[in-house]
Amino acid sequence: MNIEELEQIAESVRLENSRYDFEVNVCMDLACMSQGSDRLRDELVKAAEASGKKVLVRRTGCMGPCSSGPLVRVDPEETLYHHVKAGDAEAIVSSLGGDPVPALQCDLNEHFDKQVRVVLENAGHIDPEKIDDYIARDGYKALLTALTEMTPNGVVHRITESGLRGRGGGGYPTGLKWGTVAKAGGDLKYVVCNGDEGDPGAFMDRSVMEGDPHRIIEGMAIAAYGVGASKGFIYVRAEYPIAVSRLTTALREARRRGLLGNGICGTTFNFDVEIRLGAGAFVCGEETALLASIEGRRGTPRPRPPYPAVSGLWGKPTLINNVETYANVAPIVRNGGKWFFNMGSERSKGTKVFALTGRITHTGLIEVPLGIKLWEIIDVIGGGVPGGHTLKAVQTGGPSGGCIPAEMLGLGVSYDALMAAGSIMGSGGMIVMDDTSCMVNVARFFIEFCMTESCGKCIPCRAGTAQMYTLLTRICEGQGTMDDLDLLVELCDTVKNASLCGLGQTAPNPVLSTLKYFRNEYIEHIVHKRCPAGVCNIQAPVEVLA
Amino acid sequence: MNDAVEVKTLIIDEQEVSARRGQTILEVARENGIQIPTLCSLDGLSSVGACRMCLVEIKGSNKLLPACVATVYEGMEVTTNSERLQKYRRNILELLFAERNHICSVCVSNGHCELQTLGQQHGLTHVRLPYRNPDLHVDASHERFTVDHNRCVLCTRCVRVCAEIEGAHIWDVKGRGIDSIVITDLNQPWGESACTRCGKCVQVCPTGALFDKSKVGADHPKYPDFLPFLNMMREAQ
Ligand SMILES: Cc1cc2nc3c(=O)[nH]c(=O)nc-3n(C[C@H](O)[C@H](O)[C@H](O)COP(=O)(O)O)c2cc1C
Ligand code: SF4
Ligand code: FES
Ligand code: FES
Repeated sequence: MNIEELEQIAESVRLENSRYDFEVNVCMDLACMSQGSDRLRDELVKAAEASGKKVLVRRTGCMGPCSSGPLVRVDPEETLYHHVKAGDAEAIVSSLGGDPVPALQCDLNEHFDKQVRVVLENAGHIDPEKIDDYIARDGYKALLTALTEMTPNGVVHRITESGLRGRGGGGYPTGLKWGTVAKAGGDLKYVVCNGDEGDPGAFMDRSVMEGDPHRIIEGMAIAAYGVGASKGFIYVRAEYPIAVSRLTTALREARRRGLLGNGICGTTFNFDVEIRLGAGAFVCGEETALLASIEGRRGTPRPRPPYPAVSGLWGKPTLINNVETYANVAPIVRNGGKWFFNMGSERSKGTKVFALTGRITHTGLIEVPLGIKLWEIIDVIGGGVPGGHTLKAVQTGGPSGGCIPAEMLGLGVSYDALMAAGSIMGSGGMIVMDDTSCMVNVARFFIEFCMTESCGKCIPCRAGTAQMYTLLTRICEGQGTMDDLDLLVELCDTVKNASLCGLGQTAPNPVLSTLKYFRNEYIEHIVHKRCPAGVCNIQAPVEVLA
Repeated sequence: MNDAVEVKTLIIDEQEVSARRGQTILEVARENGIQIPTLCSLDGLSSVGACRMCLVEIKGSNKLLPACVATVYEGMEVTTNSERLQKYRRNILELLFAERNHICSVCVSNGHCELQTLGQQHGLTHVRLPYRNPDLHVDASHERFTVDHNRCVLCTRCVRVCAEIEGAHIWDVKGRGIDSIVITDLNQPWGESACTRCGKCVQVCPTGALFDKSKVGADHPKYPDFLPFLNMMREAQ
């Protein structure tokens, strides 16, 4: 395979597509599928055949605004239909070439206008099981360019220059990490893709793996060339069967096209990838636990240093990056580091995908340039809080993050600003809360999550989170005292600073941030035995008559 | 800072000391008479950095490092006993005392327990946290030994000694978080497991979780010091 052959494939796909007058794209990602978009597609195919029109019905990955699903987009007009049912297929097909179906049409311009699509550029446009669809949208061009026109050093340099930071939560500079692995000695090295995605409510990585799997494989291959690795692993949780099957298909197709394997594209570069399934433990997303799990051992973290870049899988230098991090690689190589560097804010470059959930009109996946103001995400893209309720807080970073109060919506979304506000960027969960949320209860929810997901190896995290959960439960039930609150704060400090891995070190964040911004809610529960949001079930104190 | 240099000089608690490359902070501190409390670590076994009792401060870093795992580097400045560290150590011990059942007066290891000693050394006079009092079982199916999970601190010394020294690997950890528990074989009774009856796990167990049936009573000292010696003899062979 060489660039010309890639071009030929792309050309033949375009030729094939030009035989159709209309493209009807059906979102067949989880949210839309669970509302019957698979039957909808079958009906669309039938209706298209019956109509005699030249219509290509294509299944795609997540289009974004999942709460409006099932979604259908008709090209070239780019008409978007929401809440489409199987019964609407005929109406849609017969409208082709004429006026759109008004009852189904939706106006999500505001929702899309402020978004910038890099990672999700193909979502909703390609059939994830067709490698040629990917190639037709410049797929694998970056890999071939890297292999034939760039040195490994040049590849690492381009990533460094782009300012890309890890999207798995920590925000570690990706180029720096690649450089470290590249410099590590030894001829056997590994690249690993972290697709464990354990944050409750987050599904950014799943949708990339399901909707555009080749993008990850291409990113990993470029990384492998840059750091000098020959073997890759994608670690996916077993709860993501569609992602696993799409990735498996993608790997097979890539091998068939000679884009993986020995002597890729006539060069001396060898690289192949295997999938490893995780059993759905949050802690297995932590890099050292993940590596232990790939090696077939119990998935518990170990102290770092040594970092995986120096001693990872089977003691060899190992590059581990997140799904979304790899998804950014091909566009950076294609468009140059500067292009990426020019997007985003001062120290947070590029875009970030968020899974917007909770009390917000449009829930789903969004991709925004970093530095965007929080209010733009909530009010404009998300369409605000529905039902006449008022916004109380935005939770980012999942169980490792914190709650940002409504007063701080002017905040620009970047690694540093979120950290300074007591939260973290995390992997991209964003939960919107309104006046019906009790912040003490929210803190308890996340601590309960950390307690049950703790691996149990180190004492502060294992026993500390359990004690914090007990104290928070007492407070929620109106049994807490001010001494309990002091004890809780002291435990936060110990768990944060003494735990072995990131799970324990960040577990107190939801408590600390709600204490910082919503301390009055804690006091209400403790002193006045009252839950201001009316969530906690506090029994009225029994009057003891003397 | 050339890593190829074999000898490193560093400062531990304002004392200048020298070390070999690859040595842990704990080893160097001990060689120089500086005591750092430990619980999961044991001379002769691999270190896992799990109990966090040995955490020390490193100048220029806000991360605390476990002295039993972290290796020295040239010019390192280590503080082993600040007020902050003492607070964390006390809190860790308090968490352990509240986690299961550690009522010393009714324990076979009373007077010979590392947890008890650590508690005394750190002035732990009372526990503020609610006791969890889980109802864990006692497995007395083995002819010679008993495991009382209510006393276990999950240090995994038994797991490591059985896998690394005895080579039997009958011990492991089951479950996660607060529900973790050590098991024999695939959670079979100890007496029906592939145990070689060597008794090493009993000797290394820091508390009264593993004990010898023939020595029930207050006088139950353990002798884990055989390990480094055994390792030395093996290496000499
Ligand atoms: C408890 C815990 C869970 C984690 N889960 C994930 C995860 O699901 N996905 C992920 O990419 N990184 C996760 N991480 C971060 C990884 O350890 C690691 O930093 C990341 O995969 C590195 O990739 P990046 O530099 O591209 O972000 C987790 C970390 C911790 C401490
Ligand atoms: S049984 Fe003893 S040696 Fe084994 S983990 Fe528990 S306390 Fe440690
Ligand atoms: S699943 Fe269809 S838009 Fe997200
Ligand atoms: S003795 Fe170092 S962590 Fe337990």
